[in-house]
Amino acid sequence: MKKSLLIIAGACWLAAQLAVPCRSAADEPKPIKIGAIFSVTGPASFLGAPEGKTAKMLVDKINASGGVLGQKLELIIKDSSGSPEKAVSFAKQLIEEDRVLAIIGPSTSGETMQIKKLCEENQMILVSCAAADAIVNPLAKYVFKTPQKDSQAATWIYRTMKEKGITKIAVLTGNDGFGASGKKQLEDLAKTEGIEIVANEVYDKQATDLTDILTKVKGTPGVQAVVNWSIVPAQSIVAKNMKQLGMDIPLFQSHGFGNRKYVEQAGVAAEGILFPAGRLLVVDELPASHPQKKLLATYKKDYEAAYKEDVSTFGGHAYDAILIVTEALKKAGTTDRDKVRDAIENLHGLVGTAGIYNFSATDHTGLDLTAFEMLTVKDGKFTIYKK
Amino acid sequence: MENGSLALQYLLSGVTKGSIYAVVAIGFNLIYSATGVLNFAQGEFVMLGGMVAVTLAHFVPLPVAIAGAVLIVAFIGCLLEITFFRKLRRHSVLHLIIITIGLSIVMQEAALHIWDEKVRSLPYFTGNEVSSLKFLGAAISPQVLWVLGTVAVTVVLLHIFLKYTLRGRAMRACSSNPDAAMLAGINIPNMRTLSFGLSAALGALAGCVISPITMTHYEMGAPLAIKGFAAAILGGMGHPMGAVVGGLMVGILEAFAVSRLPAAYNDVAAFAVLLLVLFVRPHGLFGRPGGESVREH
Repeated sequence: MKKSLLIIAGACWLAAQLAVPCRSAADEPKPIKIGAIFSVTGPASFLGAPEGKTAKMLVDKINASGGVLGQKLELIIKDSSGSPEKAVSFAKQLIEEDRVLAIIGPSTSGETMQIKKLCEENQMILVSCAAADAIVNPLAKYVFKTPQKDSQAATWIYRTMKEKGITKIAVLTGNDGFGASGKKQLEDLAKTEGIEIVANEVYDKQATDLTDILTKVKGTPGVQAVVNWSIVPAQSIVAKNMKQLGMDIPLFQSHGFGNRKYVEQAGVAAEGILFPAGRLLVVDELPASHPQKKLLATYKKDYEAAYKEDVSTFGGHAYDAILIVTEALKKAGTTDRDKVRDAIENLHGLVGTAGIYNFSATDHTGLDLTAFEMLTVKDGKFTIYKK
Repeated sequence: MENGSLALQYLLSGVTKGSIYAVVAIGFNLIYSATGVLNFAQGEFVMLGGMVAVTLAHFVPLPVAIAGAVLIVAFIGCLLEITFFRKLRRHSVLHLIIITIGLSIVMQEAALHIWDEKVRSLPYFTGNEVSSLKFLGAAISPQVLWVLGTVAVTVVLLHIFLKYTLRGRAMRACSSNPDAAMLAGINIPNMRTLSFGLSAALGALAGCVISPITMTHYEMGAPLAIKGFAAAILGGMGHPMGAVVGGLMVGILEAFAVSRLPAAYNDVAAFAVLLLVLFVRPHGLFGRPGGESVREH
């Protein structure tokens, strides 16, 4: 008796399972699933939160205008809260259970490196929103990334220093994946660019006061400039502490400084900070003829209208990731994952928020040095730095 | 001379950090002396204080916002004691400590949902981000003086309260001998609620005065609680003055460690000294050996 009940229950369940896809298939074609792993909360939330918001906004916009290949997009966002362990389990879930076409994100380099191999083994397209060079070097067939490379940011910083006649510098980095990657790039490139690092310190990513480290920098003879490379609130603290200690040497930050929040937190201490970044932050200054102008202005307007907060370059990385996947879908004309992957490598002259992408079989970043601009802070606003 | 001013600068930097640890440590001590519980949610009171004050500061002047934040968080502290600890009094102290860890996680998540993940801060009380006071070639932000002043005033007021007022004496009586205190007509549960409220108020005040320096965000509580706890242990649990000395010592140790070692090692240096002190004086610098046993039985 019990057994037959079970069988009936099982049959009902099966019928229900079968019925659902049949009905939806009759109404409209199945949506194309895109997975996203962002650290919407946690220490890297200022990356993940705008990324999540941007991805959602862009997918809604695409769906409102008919989707891609006549199919709607379905975005599945997972919040990793910056934890590599969570990123791994979400990646597995997206690959095995949700069977998505591609994964965009994670937000941080540390998380991306944890799932790089997993995606490669499962032949899952990964378009990371993190910056470290190690994501695409060594190259993995299925792994791409949207932000400019760390090495390009370091090169920009060093070239600007040379123009200003600076040769001896202090390097401060946060003790997370982004900081470690930046430290390595700055150290590796120093010699070829003719810069000498005379002080090199790593601080805790939760540091609340850096006067002790800066005192050490102040006491080191010959330091002409400070480079701070982190994505944590310490970016504002460094600026404040330097001014409080009466240090007048220039402060360079990484492209991690591209969020107006940091300028607000540092207040007047942020004036004169130099950092390389994409053109999104200075879209108003771009000439109308600039190829990125239209896209950047539209994104900024849409984002700021939808979320009532300042646009940041990080949200732009998610914008580019979605753009790359959808453009590749259009180019491939199919949802076959391998064909879409091949199509990404054939994207040329694709205008994104970070720059103009030219992918190839050997370049999975697709951006060159021109994707950056040296910016500075003037009257609490980002502006293009002029020599 | 150059070296002298650098050393002074390290000292001031240490004092800056240390004064922050000290305010957190005082809160630890207060609850510990009245209830025997180590409240690991102490850092969350600091965070809540800062968050509430930043929100209130949009509507009312800064001093009113701070006062409001202190009152609101004190109320939350009392509420927590009444809802969780009063009912669970029969459980061992260890259980209660684990509950405080749980509460700290809950409060953190609640803050994330009420506010958001963004970093915010109160304006500097005097001057702004770049102003600093200079003497003998060293510089210090005026806000640090506000923190130090707050610590000093708090310690003096606490001392007067615990030593010279009836209520304060009753609170101390609860801690040294609950049974005798009860026989003397002291309402022990109310005293415990009071200690939570006071400690939450102190935490909130700390959260407001340090906000311009450290900035306020929902995750700031836990790291502060760890350092504050270390400071309280170093000074001797249950000793407010000890907390101040302990906090300043941990801060100054960290700062001078940076001058000799790479900055990445400053926690190592601070905690190595903490361990050494505990080997020699397990009850901390100012704690009394054996004070513990009175409470446990």
